[in-house]
Amino acid sequence: MRYNWNWSVLLADPYLGWILSGLGWTILVSAASWIIGLILGSVIGTMRTLPSRTARLVGAVYVEIFRNVPLLVQIFLFYFVLPEVLPREIGRWLKRDLPHPEFTMAVISLGLYTACRVAEQVRAGIVTAGKGQANAGLATGLTTAQVYRLILLPLAYRLTIPALTNEFLNVFKNSALALTIGVLELTARTRAVADYTSHAIEAFTAASLIYATISFSISGLMRIVERRARLPGTLAGGAR
Amino acid sequence: MGDFDVGVIVRALPLLWEGMQITLLLTALGIVGGIVLGVLLAMMRRSSLLPVRWFAAFYVDLLRSLPLVLLIFWFYFLVPLAVGRPVGGLPSAVIGFILFEGAYFCEIIRSGIEGVRRGQVMAGLASGLTQAQCMRFIVLPQAFRAMLPVMLMQSINVFKSTSLVYVIGLRDFLTAADLIGGRDNRLTEMYVFVAIVFFVICWTASQAVGLLQRRIAS
Repeated sequence: MRYNWNWSVLLADPYLGWILSGLGWTILVSAASWIIGLILGSVIGTMRTLPSRTARLVGAVYVEIFRNVPLLVQIFLFYFVLPEVLPREIGRWLKRDLPHPEFTMAVISLGLYTACRVAEQVRAGIVTAGKGQANAGLATGLTTAQVYRLILLPLAYRLTIPALTNEFLNVFKNSALALTIGVLELTARTRAVADYTSHAIEAFTAASLIYATISFSISGLMRIVERRARLPGTLAGGAR
Repeated sequence: MGDFDVGVIVRALPLLWEGMQITLLLTALGIVGGIVLGVLLAMMRRSSLLPVRWFAAFYVDLLRSLPLVLLIFWFYFLVPLAVGRPVGGLPSAVIGFILFEGAYFCEIIRSGIEGVRRGQVMAGLASGLTQAQCMRFIVLPQAFRAMLPVMLMQSINVFKSTSLVYVIGLRDFLTAADLIGGRDNRLTEMYVFVAIVFFVICWTASQAVGLLQRRIAS
């Protein structure tokens, strides 16, 4: 196995710029998808615990659909198929006038997928928080909406910090799939560096180190947050 | 979507089935290889030698922090370099999947073993069993029951994530559909069909796992 090592190529112009801009897009895609995933996931997870049968059914159908189709297929459906099946005017607008179509569709698709996973965590958190809490809230005269907003959801979030951190790390990794529809994020950019310079090992090592460093930093940071936010009176592991 | 043409799918079925065979092959090798590697890593993580434990922990944490797509690119490039000649996408993808899934299966197996209560082992030791017998007759059977549903769920995940070999152009189910759709300008039919097939298989399988889980719990 002969290989010409040259690590300095990573710092050369324009390759360093490519990697950094790729990292920027990776962070942007992950953050934007996470916001969608967290908000929508909380709504769906809540729906799955409501007394209304319809709400529970809608929540369950959403989760099952998004969970059982590969993410890559979902991204293709949003990017290639959605403009074709929508009414002609909207489809044309999506294809021609949508700003940054690859980025937007990647974020929407990743966000909706993440929502189905967040929903399961939020639902588990609400169930763990317990019926007793909800009944106590209702007995003191709170409405159902208030019980969720003031009691169940805050408890659920605190109980599921480790699981939600995990989901965030998943979005961060899944954001690499955006390259399939042309978003020039970190993995796409390192591949380009590998192709242009034929120093693939150096390029992929750099990308791996960047992904690993960010993942480790986030999980380290969230362990501190988790300790701070731990509910008094529960087992050390949080939701158990 | 008035012009959705089912005929396109029917005519493509033989080629799609060829793709599905690659998908199934990758899934099977990924699961079997991943479990073997996972058992090995889990044993290493429980080793009494610190460097062994440390290495396994580092490996698992590192692999779990990387996107699978990046790993697929890594091995697509590394395997031919290591072998010294072009080998095509399939062997690289298989190696990449096994190394990646091994890290995930390791964590499932480890948490299954660690979920068995300490008192169980102590009772075993007190009744005269050796450490190894405790592992074989007390810990592993209980751990296995606990981790079986999780491992099956992970296997469904492996099946879904094989679609990522699209990025190296390996002709799996999704890539085959993509090629046909591109050729006939019928991407809508192809992608919708792929989504439905994956949904039906994964949903049925996960319902079955859920059923099994409830039976084990009761």
